[in-house]
Amino acid sequence: MKITRQTLQRSLLLLVGGVGLQSQASASGNNLLIYSIAAVALLLLFFIIISVADNFMVLDLGDKKIDKSKVNMGLYPRMSELFGKRRPEYLEGENYHKLTRGYDIPLEGAPAATIDVQTKATRFAIMPPDFDGLMPIPKVTVEEGDAVKAGDVVFYDKKKDRIKFVAPVSGEVLEVKRGLKRSIDSIIILADKEQVSREYELPSPHAERSELVDFLLESGVWPSIRQRPFNTVADPELTPRDIFVTTFSTAPLAYDSKLSIAGREEEFQLGINILNRLTDGLVYLGLDGREDGPTAYGRVANAQKHYFEGPHPAGNVGIQAHHIHPIGNAQDTCWTMDVNGVLTLGTLFLKGKYDTSRVIALTGAEMADPRHVRTYAGANIGELYAGTNFENVRAISGDVLTGHKVGFDGFLGFFDTQVTVIEEGNEPEIFGWLLPIKPRASISRTIPTFGKLAPTTNSHGERRAFVVNNDYERVMPMDVYLTQLMKTIMISDFEAMEGLGIYELVEEDVALAEFACVSKQPLQYILRDGLRLMQQQG
Amino acid sequence: MKALHDFVKKFEPAKENKIAHTTYDAFYTFLFQPDSVTVDGTHIKDGMDLKRLMVQVVLALQLLYVFGTWNIGHQHFIALGLHSGLLEGFLLKVVYGLIQVLPIFIVTHVVGLGIEFLYAAKNGHSVEEGFLVSGALIPLIMPPDIPLLWLAVAIAFAVVLGKEAFGGTGMNIWNVALLARVFIFFAYPTTISGDEVWVSGIEKIGTEYYAASYNFAHHAFDAVSGIFGYTQFGLGGQAVVDGWTGATPLGIAAKEGWSGVEAVYTESQIFWGTIPGSIGESSVPLIVVGMIFLIVTRIASYRVIFGGLIGFMVAALMMNAIAPAELTAETPGIFKFMAIHPLRQMAMGSFLFAITFMATDPVSSADTPMGKWIYGFLIAFIGLIIRVMNPAYPEGWMLSILLMNTFAPLIDHYVYEANMKRRAKRTHAMAKQRDEIITKRGEMEVFDEDSEYKAVGNAGGY
Repeated sequence: MKITRQTLQRSLLLLVGGVGLQSQASASGNNLLIYSIAAVALLLLFFIIISVADNFMVLDLGDKKIDKSKVNMGLYPRMSELFGKRRPEYLEGENYHKLTRGYDIPLEGAPAATIDVQTKATRFAIMPPDFDGLMPIPKVTVEEGDAVKAGDVVFYDKKKDRIKFVAPVSGEVLEVKRGLKRSIDSIIILADKEQVSREYELPSPHAERSELVDFLLESGVWPSIRQRPFNTVADPELTPRDIFVTTFSTAPLAYDSKLSIAGREEEFQLGINILNRLTDGLVYLGLDGREDGPTAYGRVANAQKHYFEGPHPAGNVGIQAHHIHPIGNAQDTCWTMDVNGVLTLGTLFLKGKYDTSRVIALTGAEMADPRHVRTYAGANIGELYAGTNFENVRAISGDVLTGHKVGFDGFLGFFDTQVTVIEEGNEPEIFGWLLPIKPRASISRTIPTFGKLAPTTNSHGERRAFVVNNDYERVMPMDVYLTQLMKTIMISDFEAMEGLGIYELVEEDVALAEFACVSKQPLQYILRDGLRLMQQQG
Repeated sequence: MKALHDFVKKFEPAKENKIAHTTYDAFYTFLFQPDSVTVDGTHIKDGMDLKRLMVQVVLALQLLYVFGTWNIGHQHFIALGLHSGLLEGFLLKVVYGLIQVLPIFIVTHVVGLGIEFLYAAKNGHSVEEGFLVSGALIPLIMPPDIPLLWLAVAIAFAVVLGKEAFGGTGMNIWNVALLARVFIFFAYPTTISGDEVWVSGIEKIGTEYYAASYNFAHHAFDAVSGIFGYTQFGLGGQAVVDGWTGATPLGIAAKEGWSGVEAVYTESQIFWGTIPGSIGESSVPLIVVGMIFLIVTRIASYRVIFGGLIGFMVAALMMNAIAPAELTAETPGIFKFMAIHPLRQMAMGSFLFAITFMATDPVSSADTPMGKWIYGFLIAFIGLIIRVMNPAYPEGWMLSILLMNTFAPLIDHYVYEANMKRRAKRTHAMAKQRDEIITKRGEMEVFDEDSEYKAVGNAGGY
């Protein structure tokens, strides 16, 4: 039996409590200590006897070849057996992680679990800033007015010219939009009614890894693979240790990933098979442990399946990797992928066409009918919301924690699976800090929340120096001291940053801590700064 | 509300006028939560901010303020042999208490906030909330007759050297309220460290009462009440009643042990706090109410508090063991002090107040959850040793908390080191686990004889 810190704390408390009670009965000076020492000794004796017996049982288990991690045959009950609801039956014997830390922000506007097929967008964009680790001005290979098919190359990075970025849909290039300092912001395409894909010559199913990599780079699905640490586009020169795929999202008002795979199980399986060929290690699949029964993802083969149960951020791939096998630098470099990436990859190999179609959620308290729609990567947000009038709202591509404020002229980010519309909070509130009259989300018990609420973008306070009340630890299901990590980033202490686990984190993992921070510190921004520093150090 | 906001906005001074603008900004953000919206990063933010965090502590202190105010008057009149019943002359006692407390409270805030405002204007940032708590704590840990000039000097010292020199709220190393107290303790050693300053309006320095700086308040009150022909306080001291000592329980305990304390105060008096002492430190139940409030709302770290309670019990039990079994008249006072039962030891003095409100200051305490247990434990352990062993002044929390404030970064440092080692070890263990699984990789149908497949063992390179 492992003596965890928690059991130690508990037994110490019990002990002191016991001694305190006893000492009240007989208050006579120094006999008290002798009694209490005797009591401690007695307790210790019992503890040792039970522990020895427990160890014998565990030894016996080894002989009988029973897997210890799956059934508890020891004398001590596990914490999870004493408290908390039992996990559903279908999860018995599976890899199961129950995360207790985190917070589900109770927001109004969760999407209905059906797909609305009426809503269509006509303009789509691919945006270089969505992909980390590129030069700001990539080489654009199309011009305004060109006709492209889905999968045709539209730009590539000048330094990493093997990785091709392709058009998400077929149609006519409307505009190559430039941003600050002539960087490329987006390449906008007016989609055809009938989508056509570029023709591919698929490699043999048993091709060499290098041949496979070349095909993926050329075909345009490569940018869906991201590399950790740093969350950049995967480096084709490198073989990752493992590949992590998360199949669900716990973000506020997240989309329902079961809708994505419905009818495309075969594509998903094929995608996972291909991923197995790209690594010498394992392909890990993070599954939603909150489901009542097995889902389509549970039937996927050729992957190590790990179920995660808990509040946000349990669905983040970085959090899952932390519990499965932490990601690090150099040999511990891993790749990650999301559901849509795997589906695009699988479709390419199954049907020989480039297909970025995906289910996304239109969410937010400001929407009359939050719902799912099927569209392609980079859809125009205003068109998805056509017919509705909003006033004083913010349209976010992504969720409220990690998304980007793009407005209704903007486009859906390449990796985003939802659009959120919330009210702007640009109204002063009298004694807002003292009497929170308007409902607001908070992890603090001094601000009660009843049911779901409609959030605003008000910052609820001003920025202050770090005040360490361990709120970060409450919402981060990781063995990471976030405050200290942030401070070491600010002073560029590379060794400490590495030791404290900066390689395991990307912005989305610390977003909830940023939400909860009483000092309103921009943690995601600071972390990106640190990651950039580490990257430059090479 | 919009109209009120526009009205207030009309008075906004120009940005160039720094002091006026910071002052305006401080009052504006006090009155309104500003209309600022999130820019980068998360689009919604938690409703909790530093102002609200700090004000919860102030809320938890309110009961102590009410009780402390009454208790000043109560102790004063008991010393004079008047109104000895608890509720007898209730209003009189409260008014007397207010005459003492209000000047302390006002001086604390005028000096402390004044300095904060000046520094905020000078450094061009908004006024921070740290002093909200410090300003509420400082009056509670002062003797009721503290000369106001001393108080002002102590607060100026604490705020300037203790906080602003380090960059303001969130950056300070030591607890600001305790720095003010420790300044008084060391700067005025003989007068303040005895047992005899804890009852208002009784003690004199030479021919002048300690409370001389409150004379204006007394005069003002007397003038008003004189108009209506009511009782007047005069300048306080008359002859005290026979047998009245004015010593705090701890002062007695240090010399004569529990039997000495029992001769003067009953156990319930000590528990409920109707004894002389600093303004807010004495009442156990009211402090426990505050403690529970802070723990339940998670404003204060329960780790520090429970760590402290454990440390206190351990240290007190050890002392009980050291003390001789039989206490005689010849036994030195220190052994008598040691022999006191831990729970009685806890009820006397200001341990509970210190561990609840002082030690849990999130800025100066240890940062890590594990560090907080250690930090709380050591504060109590060392503090009790100082209380009992220190011959001059039978109390130790202020010194032990400041000491542990100093060492909190060291505690954290070792917690971080342990974390780094633990993480590395865990990754290593998981790499081994992975190797075991990876040997089964060849069984997947993805790979057949033609596939480029090799069973890789330690690709992780651990």
